[in-house]
Amino acid sequence: MNTENTPALEIVDATLELGDGDSRVRALDAVSLTVRAGEFVAIVGPSGSGKSSLLAVAGALSNPDSGSVRVHGTDLSTLSKGASAKFRLENIGFVFQSGNLLPALTAADQLRLAGRLAGNRKVDAESVLDSVGMAHRAKNRPGHLSGGERQRVGIARALVNAPSLLLVDEPTAALDRARSHEVVQLLADQAREQNVAVVMVTHDHDVLEHCDRVLEMVDGSLGAVRTA
Amino acid sequence: MFLALRELRFARGRFALMGTVIALISVLVVLLSGLSSGLVNDGVSGLKAMPVTAFAFDEGTMKDNAFSRSVLEEDQLAPWRDAEGVQAAEPMGVSIVNSTTDDGKQVDLTLFGVDTDGFIAPKTSSGEGLDRADGIVVSETLKDDGVAIGTVVTLDRIDVELTVVGFTEGQATFGHVDVAYLPLETWQLIASNTAQPGVPTDATVAAADYSLFSAVAVQAKDDADVDLAAADEAAGTTSMTLTESFNASPGYEAETLTLSMIQVFLYVICALVVGAFFTVWTIQRAGDLAVLRAMGASSRYLLRDSLAQAVVVLLVFTGIGVAAGVAMGAIMPDAMPFELEAGPIATASVLTIVLGLLGAAVAVLRITRVDPLAALGGRR
Ligand SMILES: Nc1ncnc2c1ncn2[C@@H]1O[C@H](COP(=O)(O)OP(=O)(O)OP(=O)(O)O)[C@@H](O)[C@H]1O
Ligand SMILES: [Mg+2]
Repeated sequence: MNTENTPALEIVDATLELGDGDSRVRALDAVSLTVRAGEFVAIVGPSGSGKSSLLAVAGALSNPDSGSVRVHGTDLSTLSKGASAKFRLENIGFVFQSGNLLPALTAADQLRLAGRLAGNRKVDAESVLDSVGMAHRAKNRPGHLSGGERQRVGIARALVNAPSLLLVDEPTAALDRARSHEVVQLLADQAREQNVAVVMVTHDHDVLEHCDRVLEMVDGSLGAVRTA
Repeated sequence: MFLALRELRFARGRFALMGTVIALISVLVVLLSGLSSGLVNDGVSGLKAMPVTAFAFDEGTMKDNAFSRSVLEEDQLAPWRDAEGVQAAEPMGVSIVNSTTDDGKQVDLTLFGVDTDGFIAPKTSSGEGLDRADGIVVSETLKDDGVAIGTVVTLDRIDVELTVVGFTEGQATFGHVDVAYLPLETWQLIASNTAQPGVPTDATVAAADYSLFSAVAVQAKDDADVDLAAADEAAGTTSMTLTESFNASPGYEAETLTLSMIQVFLYVICALVVGAFFTVWTIQRAGDLAVLRAMGASSRYLLRDSLAQAVVVLLVFTGIGVAAGVAMGAIMPDAMPFELEAGPIATASVLTIVLGLLGAAVAVLRITRVDPLAALGGRR
């Protein structure tokens, strides 16, 4: 199954409804999306249009009501809860808004913990940090890192288990313009170097130039905006 | 433990604050345990030391203070001697008196009137045993009051003069009062209220027409079970095993119950304090936990880590508290009935840790309710 041509992410006709009764909303409406390894896709769209829901479905955090989601050939709907957690550890990297690092851990330990969770006790944290330009802050806790530095460590943490898919939720929300460009450039570089598929949700139209493809989400439907 | 230890180091202020409470609770638990052991020894060490299986009191005697309340007649002794499985049964007289030593010191004594060569006759650590009518063997603890062999003790009001002829092996107290063993006949003379002031002699003792006593001390044959109920029926008595009889000593039950209740409260407080801390701590970390769950960490891993954290905190701070409690116990004034015994202290420490862990376990269970979806933007 895991051949060169298998897309890293393949969503077909995914529909997701959230809430109950009157407040029931269709967060995803027959969404289809295919992302190749090494491809960097950005998703833009107004608030509440379903962008986070798309990441949740792609990241095995929610199951769509209908349609299918395959990550590197594995149909996520076939996984039990425990199996999908294990699958996330090994195949999917998450980068959250403002890094979401654990306050108690140094930059290097953030990576080591991610490795340990996946059963790898010999993570070379320094060299992965080096690849995001953060080797010199390896011993700093998040409290002593700037927003951009935190985001870099967050990216390094997401890459530590060599995932095939990187899901990124508003990585530049807390950053200034220059820092935003650096971080998104880093993601674009990593996508190419590590041959990992990246899906990034953003409100920040400035950074779209670094992406291979930009899609727009409106009321739960995904459509093309432009090709970079 | 990877995360647990780093969090402990990172949030050491918060953990130290909670740990201090645990340590203080442990100090109290140790002090109470010492006080408890001390009170038990003070209350019943005189009984504990006896090679007795059971005591029989007059039928219907109120359990509290049964030793000094009960009055038995001579013919109630024989059925006990004849009962199946009984090695020996001897009369014993118990009364509590005020007295004054020859250097003017006032001491309270529990008089144990016993057969001078029977099985409950005291073993002495110094001096001779009981043989003369006016001789008493007293608790070693009386040495603190300046009592020595040859000290003459005068019983208040009736002015009977008794002479210390020996000391027991270790502490022998009953209802917080030092025990003085004396021949049963002398005890009966004193109990008869016909004693003349001065030194009782074999002649005055023999002249007393009084054969009542307080209790029958029963010793079972090795490996034999005595049918206490049947013997009670035959003798018209109510019997208690040695341990049951502790409750018949003055104040014993009230004291031990009070202390046990305080100890139980401390354990509950420990569980609640640790539980409350870990509840707040888990809620504070809810965002971090959601991120970890989204990354793929299992709830089991996170639960194990959090419990390990609780174990470390409880072990360290209970250890500190127990050490401090033992150190404080060592400098307690002699007047306080305080006895540090390894067994009760170990039990108390383990209970503190276990109850604390129970509180932590209930609190960290909410980890299983953390929704990994919460880690995604806009839903925190
Ligand atoms: N747990 C939920 N229960 C009910 N409705 C929900 C829930 N989560 C999200 N929704 C709704 O689903 C829709 C899509 O939400 P989603 O979070 O995917 O939007 P978004 O595009 O990420 O928005 P934003 O840009 O503000 O983060 C919204 O209308 C939202 O109100
Ligand atoms: Mg969102």
